Amino acid sequence: MLILQAIIDGILIGGFYALMAAGLTLVFGVMEIVNFAQGILVVLGAYLSYALYSHLHIDPFLGLLITLPAMFLVGVVIYWTMIKPIRRDRVIMSLLTMFAVGTVIEGILDLIFTSNLVQTTTSYVNSSVQIGSLIFPEIYLYSFAMAVVLLSALYWLLYRTKFGRNLRAAMQNPTAARMVGIDIDRISAFTLGIGVSLAAAGGMVFGSTNSFDAASSYDLISRLLAIVIFGGFGSLSGALVASIVMLVIEDVVAVVWSPTWGQTTFYLVLILVLLVRPQGLFGRTAVRAQ
Amino acid sequence: MTATEIAPVGAASPQHVPYRPPRAVRYGATAGLLVLLIAFPLVLPNPTVTSIGVFTMIYLIAAIGWNIFSGYSGYISIGHAAYYGIGQYTVALITIHAHLPGGWGLFGLLPVAGVVSALASIPIGFLLLRVRRHTFIVLTIAIMFILQLLAFNLTRFTNGSGGLTMPFPTWTGNFFNMPFYYVGLLAAVVAGAAAWWIRRSKYGLGLFAIRDDEERARGLGIKVTRSKLIAYAASAFFVGIAGGLYAPFVGSVYPQFAFDPTFDLAVAVLVFVGGIGTLSGPVLGALVLIPLQQYFYLQFGNANLYLIAYGVLFILILRLLPGGIVPGVTSAWRARLVARARARQEDTRPEDTGLKDDAGQKGRA
Repeated sequence: MLILQAIIDGILIGGFYALMAAGLTLVFGVMEIVNFAQGILVVLGAYLSYALYSHLHIDPFLGLLITLPAMFLVGVVIYWTMIKPIRRDRVIMSLLTMFAVGTVIEGILDLIFTSNLVQTTTSYVNSSVQIGSLIFPEIYLYSFAMAVVLLSALYWLLYRTKFGRNLRAAMQNPTAARMVGIDIDRISAFTLGIGVSLAAAGGMVFGSTNSFDAASSYDLISRLLAIVIFGGFGSLSGALVASIVMLVIEDVVAVVWSPTWGQTTFYLVLILVLLVRPQGLFGRTAVRAQ
Repeated sequence: MTATEIAPVGAASPQHVPYRPPRAVRYGATAGLLVLLIAFPLVLPNPTVTSIGVFTMIYLIAAIGWNIFSGYSGYISIGHAAYYGIGQYTVALITIHAHLPGGWGLFGLLPVAGVVSALASIPIGFLLLRVRRHTFIVLTIAIMFILQLLAFNLTRFTNGSGGLTMPFPTWTGNFFNMPFYYVGLLAAVVAGAAAWWIRRSKYGLGLFAIRDDEERARGLGIKVTRSKLIAYAASAFFVGIAGGLYAPFVGSVYPQFAFDPTFDLAVAVLVFVGGIGTLSGPVLGALVLIPLQQYFYLQFGNANLYLIAYGVLFILILRLLPGGIVPGVTSAWRARLVARARARQEDTRPEDTGLKDDAGQKGRA
């Protein structure tokens, strides 16, 4: 029963990790950018929700109506000011640039909110629903529902709209996409915007379920990168599956063995998978370097 | 020498022809720099200044080491803090378990730190080097975080987040930083010599061939996997030494500072700033950037302003010098020489162009 509980917890928590990882993998898929700032952007989203809740008493879920568009703008601005001007060595230069951007954001957050740990403690954070002997914390149920809604919206956007078709074209072959008249810059800016707002949505839940400060971003980015590698870089479904797998492994190991080894076990599984499939579970076969 | 052999002037794309200053200039500049670096703590013995010097040496060793792998082979690693951390823990654990006193003896452990790092890098490199480009970059980061997590979790060895404390040397006052500085300088010179030797060896040419076109390099008979792995281990060796110097200097080892993601990126940035794949690039990058970074750190006592200044500095450098200082300056200089040679070609015979010297050069400055 404990194990069943751990699996359920893992799936519920994996839901909002999937949001953050989806943002990371989508951005990579479209423009081959490793967004090293995703961790601090999640924290930024968490702080925004926290500030809205503690100063204006806006419910974090309702607050998403403000934070998501705001973070979308942040992403678009980062694209136009930071990523667009990069001319050479895009993969590595964009990674270094995003790291630098993340450092600046970390400094600013630290300046405003200090390094005291905070948590968005809404009324439903500590309450839970009990079915039989299984416990479902309310916040995880709500956040899982939100993750399902947002990810469905994302799939709808990608597979049912013209924008999504252009985006997928840009992912498959940027040069050909450009040739048929797709505005890659616009697509890229939008994608980074979406990726960053997904980080904010995940950050809202992260800030409600963990006490955090600006330095929490390093733990987050390491987990998110591991998830995305496991699923296959650039693969959305891979990121979703990998998030759930990671959190389920972590929670089950925490129950049957020890909480400290949960994450390490996931990393060991990751290494084993990579030995067999270097490109990750759902990754496209590694193409030859251009 | 006939006119046709003098490729640079008439070549289709002259920017591909590297320029190297004359040998006398290169050797003179190296010797001058060395003299400056040796004299520096004697002229400015203030401990605040010399501690900046020690940090600069640590990053200089790491940058030269990193460049041997990432610069030469073109595989960008953002996970070399893995070896920085292994080097630190090696020195700290041996010191603690063998009850060694602080002081000169600990410098004897530097080669050990290097060797342990290099040994650890072989299985890791074997796993990593199966993938390329961005997948490789991200995997290196992941491996670094895995090791950080292990350092947190293997509490029996590493004392987890409590960290390890090193014995302090008995040196005091202005002298305290000096041994660290000079040993660091010595290690940096050794690393530089290794980088120089690899660069002009046949093995080094193989690495550059891998960087330019791995499949073709394989086709030419270069043992690609072995070459990459050796370079990876060599760079891990020097980064491990940098870590081994850092641990006794700061006197403690913590998982988050040993396996430090900002170290990874800082090393990559300073090599990029100097000029990746060049000999002088990592040196220039480290000597310019690390003192600047340390200055910011001391200037803004609180961490957040420092982070902002550091990040803005990074962004500016990446924006203003995307190709690095060394390639930027040398290509500008070469363009000038070509223009001058062209001008001279018009009134004298082609044999007299000033470009004979670099027509046969293979490497970049």
